[in-house]
Amino acid sequence: MYQYNDFDQAFVRERVAEFRDQVERRIAGSLTEAEFLPLRLRNGLYLQLHAYMFRIAIPYGTLNSRKMRQLAMIADRWDKGYGHFTTRQNIQFNWPKLRDVPDILDALADVEMHANQTSGNCIRNVTADHFAGAAADEIEDPRATAELLRQWSTDHPEFLYLPRKFKIGITGAPNDRAATKTHDIGLRMVRSSDGLPGYEVSVGGGLGRTPIIGKVVREYLPKADLIPYLEAILQVYNLAGRRDNKFKARLKILVNETGLDEIRQQIEARFAEKRAEWPPINPGLLAEIEAAFTPPVFEPAAPVAPVLSAGLRSFIDTNVAEHKQPHYAIVTVSLKPIGGTPGDATSHQMRVLADIAEELGHDDLRISHEQNVVFPHVPRRHLPEIYDRLKAAGLATANIGLVSDIIACPGMDYCSLATARSIPVAQEIAETFADIDRQRDIGPLKIKISGCINACGHHHVGHIGILGLDRAGVENYQITLGGDATETAVVGDKTGPGFAYDEVVPAVERLIGAYLDMRTEPGETFLETFRRVGMGPFKAALYEEVRSDAA
Amino acid sequence: MARKFQPQMATGNDLFEGDVVYFTSTGCWSRDIGDAALAVNSEAADDLLARASAFPNEVVSVYLVDSAIDDRGRAAPAHFREVFRTRGPSNYPEHGRQAESV
Ligand code: SF4
Repeated sequence: MYQYNDFDQAFVRERVAEFRDQVERRIAGSLTEAEFLPLRLRNGLYLQLHAYMFRIAIPYGTLNSRKMRQLAMIADRWDKGYGHFTTRQNIQFNWPKLRDVPDILDALADVEMHANQTSGNCIRNVTADHFAGAAADEIEDPRATAELLRQWSTDHPEFLYLPRKFKIGITGAPNDRAATKTHDIGLRMVRSSDGLPGYEVSVGGGLGRTPIIGKVVREYLPKADLIPYLEAILQVYNLAGRRDNKFKARLKILVNETGLDEIRQQIEARFAEKRAEWPPINPGLLAEIEAAFTPPVFEPAAPVAPVLSAGLRSFIDTNVAEHKQPHYAIVTVSLKPIGGTPGDATSHQMRVLADIAEELGHDDLRISHEQNVVFPHVPRRHLPEIYDRLKAAGLATANIGLVSDIIACPGMDYCSLATARSIPVAQEIAETFADIDRQRDIGPLKIKISGCINACGHHHVGHIGILGLDRAGVENYQITLGGDATETAVVGDKTGPGFAYDEVVPAVERLIGAYLDMRTEPGETFLETFRRVGMGPFKAALYEEVRSDAA
Repeated sequence: MARKFQPQMATGNDLFEGDVVYFTSTGCWSRDIGDAALAVNSEAADDLLARASAFPNEVVSVYLVDSAIDDRGRAAPAHFREVFRTRGPSNYPEHGRQAESV
């Protein structure tokens, strides 16, 4: 894992001291709320519906046991004993008190964590494939690049006041698990014709009010050119991005209004200048960063006992993925127990996860944008013990990728921007499909729910997307179908009129029923069926029954 | 015909705790929505907001919102967002204001 150097450490401590002083001045009344607001947002502190909310960055989703235990300590000491993992690979605490936040920041700095750049119109926390460094399909671990980007973008003077927030997502594998095409810049590792790893660069992706899938602006960029090329993109955006209208200020709008070819030319022109003036990246620095992401020392292959228990077998079927090393596995721990809040973990569960990672998983933990926790490096022989320990902590739900593995944003249970609730909708869908055999029969299905148009729950790219709106003072839910967040990314299509709160779950049931009736064989997934038959039959199933009910 | 004036109340969040508070007719802040002062015409609403905004170092994010009136003549939430603000998150009944009333 990347260790802070003295510079990083001093920088983070300085920021904490500065914020402590700002909080004191706010409490004393010498800073007004208008002055304080941007300062607290810069430090990850939001005011939500019922309390403050504190958002902590987990760069490229990577943690170790020490960091995870510190998060558990923070949850117990300054919050209500739990934390919420988000779709941006952050963790949020929902109940901090203003006076305590500087202490929490200090506790984070003790384990080399911070809350910088989790808000504001800057380059946000860079997100990465949660299987980075472990996945069998990976070309290279993308996190060295992600860390380089973090260092480059942290307090970059030119890019602190961009027209809008700016998100970068990165994956080192051709299979995109990091939803890179929904980011302002998406980086997907590919090989050149002579086999050298580099990046395919997409620009102008983003969800929210105007969902757009990123467009490939460069099919192959050598790794060494990454920073000058990204600076070129940022400079083009910083100059031409629309500051006059918040809703048109993201890069995606600029790309659409300017046209991809024109934007490409502008970027390439800047890049040519940048590349000439940009010193090559200090090889010592790069080597230092890359060394931080060298794989663990894998143990030798050992015989694995046959799996006898049905519970373990089902867990392995759904929650375990192929590792680069055949005798290793990647284990995804579901934070979606039936009826639970997607993405929430108690402090006890955090400690159990930390212990397992430390003792059995090379001390590595990841947070996925799908709000689950990953042990990226687990010797297969440890799977039974890990399963038992997870089970004892209520963490062994075998539903990864299935209908109850739902992404849901906090919605109107917490978020002050929400127009409707999302968590209880997720809970009810999961309860309706609680039977694991039924879930497995339905197969891979991604349901994603957002509580407002900002789309933190990625509903546009859910196979079934649900968006909660306020229609004349009543919660109303709009459904989209056929969205996809992977390398075949596409924005889902709206089905038609929305549904009242208590009609959403029956609507989802009708959609799934229609899929089961229409699939050619059990192996054909929901998304495949949708792509084959199109919207018509799903729409018929969704609305005709409503009409016949009304008749 | 002019729309009938919907009574308004002033609400905000406590600077220190971040929790929901309501501006009362005695000119202070309460955690009970029933204590909220009601403005029944637009001049009274302007005046209410002005008075409620005079505590910049105690209460933040102050705004006026439509109020219903319960059967005892007290302020009550009109919109579902305000209903949730009186309770707390629905996924944890033991958290937020709702925990105090059980
Ligand atoms: S999608 Fe809307 S409601 Fe949900 S967390 Fe984002 S801003 Fe809040």
